[in-house]
Amino acid sequence: MKHHIEGSQAVAHAIALCRPEVMACYPISPQTHIVETLSRKVKAGEIGNCQFLNVESEFGALSVLIGASAMGARTYTATTSQGLLFMAEAVYNAAGLGLPIVMTIANRAIGAPINIWNDHSDSMSMRDAGWIQLFAEDNQEAVDLHIQAFRLAEELSCPVMVCMDGYILTHAYEVVDLPTQEQVDGYLPAFEPVQVLDPQDPVSIGAMVGPEAFAEVRYLAHDKHLRALEAIPRLSQAFQDIFQRRSGGLLKAYHTDEAETILLALGSVNGTIKDAVDDLRKEGWPVGSLALCAFRPFPSHALRHVVQDAKRIIVFEKDLAVGKGGIVSSDVKMALRGLPTIVDTVIAGLGGRPIPKASVINTVKQACLEGLEEPHFLDLNWDAINRELTRQQAQRRSGPTAENILREIGAPGASPI
Amino acid sequence: MPYQRVKFYQTGTFTVGNRLLDESNRTVQAGMDRTNSLNSGHRACQGCGEALGARYALDAVMRATHQQMVAVNATGCLEVFSSPYPESAWQIPWLHSLFGNAPAVASGVAAALRAKGRKDVRVIAQGGDGATVDIGFGCLSGMFERNDDVLYVCYDNEAYMNTGVQRSGSTPPRAWTNTTQAVGVDPGNPMGIGKNLPRIAMAHGIPYVATASVADLHDLEAKVTKAMNFRGARYIHIHVPCPLGWKSDPAHTIKVARLAVESGLFPLIEAEGGEVTDRTPIRKQVPVEQYLELQGRFKHLFHPRDERALEAIQAIADANIHRYQLLPVKA
Ligand SMILES: Cc1ncc(C[n+]2csc(CCOP(=O)(O)OP(=O)(O)O)c2C)c(N)n1
Ligand code: SF4
Ligand SMILES: [Mg+2]
Repeated sequence: MKHHIEGSQAVAHAIALCRPEVMACYPISPQTHIVETLSRKVKAGEIGNCQFLNVESEFGALSVLIGASAMGARTYTATTSQGLLFMAEAVYNAAGLGLPIVMTIANRAIGAPINIWNDHSDSMSMRDAGWIQLFAEDNQEAVDLHIQAFRLAEELSCPVMVCMDGYILTHAYEVVDLPTQEQVDGYLPAFEPVQVLDPQDPVSIGAMVGPEAFAEVRYLAHDKHLRALEAIPRLSQAFQDIFQRRSGGLLKAYHTDEAETILLALGSVNGTIKDAVDDLRKEGWPVGSLALCAFRPFPSHALRHVVQDAKRIIVFEKDLAVGKGGIVSSDVKMALRGLPTIVDTVIAGLGGRPIPKASVINTVKQACLEGLEEPHFLDLNWDAINRELTRQQAQRRSGPTAENILREIGAPGASPI
Repeated sequence: MPYQRVKFYQTGTFTVGNRLLDESNRTVQAGMDRTNSLNSGHRACQGCGEALGARYALDAVMRATHQQMVAVNATGCLEVFSSPYPESAWQIPWLHSLFGNAPAVASGVAAALRAKGRKDVRVIAQGGDGATVDIGFGCLSGMFERNDDVLYVCYDNEAYMNTGVQRSGSTPPRAWTNTTQAVGVDPGNPMGIGKNLPRIAMAHGIPYVATASVADLHDLEAKVTKAMNFRGARYIHIHVPCPLGWKSDPAHTIKVARLAVESGLFPLIEAEGGEVTDRTPIRKQVPVEQYLELQGRFKHLFHPRDERALEAIQAIADANIHRYQLLPVKA
């Protein structure tokens, strides 16, 4: 049934339908509405015998789920930003142990400077931890991906992060088709663990492995992701069969046939990008776009297949590998190795900076007409940056950079330098 | 006929002293049906107090739970010497995740059991002093505060042994470790720092807290067994000498542990709901020096004699004796 509902509420609704058995949560904006709603549902007895633990930290939250999952329970948590970093050690551990935990990342920037708004720095920091990472384009897809995530995680015995843009999606009210319990039950079978703590059949889980076997164990983690490349589209199709809508998959192409230039991005900005594509096409520009839904595993083959005839790929990414540039674009370049395709990196939307359609359109035109420097920073205030750089050169004790920049841009309340 | 009098300190072990007790009072280890939760063939050093304490504690849990138990282990000596694949010494379902999260992982196991409506299987978590009083302290406090149904056992060898003997928050004053070297002014670990986790556990008001020592294995088993009669968060802190880190003779492990108890440096107590309910009295207080001089980690206190340090450590023992009334009150 269609509801006009906040993204977080919709996701909480979907999680509840997946019949989780243990959830452990620690609050951090913009994830809070999800876990608040789930705590209420558990207390009200709407999720069977599910246990909701209010824990002392994100590290504690994921650690609780590691224990619960090893005991054979379906587990869920949500976090973002600083919280994801605080649990980092357990993030790698959960994947290394092969525990099918599902976690929402309400994507948010990482400080310092502390910033609660959206970008993808947080999930990018964990991209090599061994978790599958799926990115939702809108709240309907966020709902649907969570349901697919449990099935995918449990089929492969591999944890899955469902990434949805903080505030932009978590706090947005949209019309969402909320599934029914019958639909979800028809799609998601009961959790059958591949390893479990069982007094009747005791095993040691998590023991030390030396150089003689470690690489093979790691390869098998990689192999799981290779199998996920096949499972993700298959489970997306199975989802469509029951729920009558297309959601998820490895990637989604928009007007890519015969496009000379393809814009590529993760998450909600694909809405803006598709609008920009429409406008550009009306003006006669041969452009299309591609939304990456799966970032880990990275769908190299599927991507190459879609873009092989294009001349140029412009990757819009909400992250920055400091000292290098693009993270997503590096993976794209690797996927396209051997092809003459130009791959541009556009660093955009950091810390919640809007990505206006006009800026996207201008950047595409600039790329096609003059080329882009690598990486290109969207809508950067170069004047303020250059003034601050000059000041720093002139003065050793130049003070906190973040405050200086606010002064440079003349933010209300900031005293002039 | 001439005979030699033999003294049995410890009734209830597998030795002859056990026969002095009636069947029901004999130790778990003395029984023919003992379970060997931690099997022989693991890689602990000779005389390792932690290996001894862990086997006694876990076999007692196995007996109390009719072998319906799960153990969660923090990183540390116990985890490393017991588990490397494919030679795990564990005969029980056993999970190791990280150094600092064993209490939370155990909370998760307990939550899963609750969700599945299984009351028969019980959970224990275990770790060294570093895992417990330092890096896992936040998770431990959370587990206590939520009163999750977990027995947490800390094996206190008073330093980070697995990484080669570095100081922890449980390292005693003036002890040498590799990060509190016996050089400079007041050599060894500084005086007046560190924490007492049994008391901190009591402050959480959890159902049961106890201290135990490998010097009194019968008492250790009894406390573990008792802990399993409670539901909710329980904590047992076991003093386990480490010959390698303490620079003591492996043959002296029990002796060193006993002197810690009899000097008053390691009081044996029990508490319920945050209140002390029982303590093991000391028959005759021995001076702390007798305990310290058996351990190379305190050598610098004797060459030359550091009277100020010895007095300060004696004062700690005396304060413990006073706090828990370990000696018979003189008329
Ligand atoms: C996060 C993290 N920091 C440091 C270590 C290294 N480390 C492994 S075991 C250990 C010492 C364990 O000390 P303790 O808990 O007292 O147990 P013991 O070995 O003394 O029995 C340390 C420091 C680690 N594994 N993980
Ligand atoms: S170093 Fe100490 S605690 Fe570790 S195995 Fe050896 S004796 Fe036991
Ligand atoms: Mg230790």
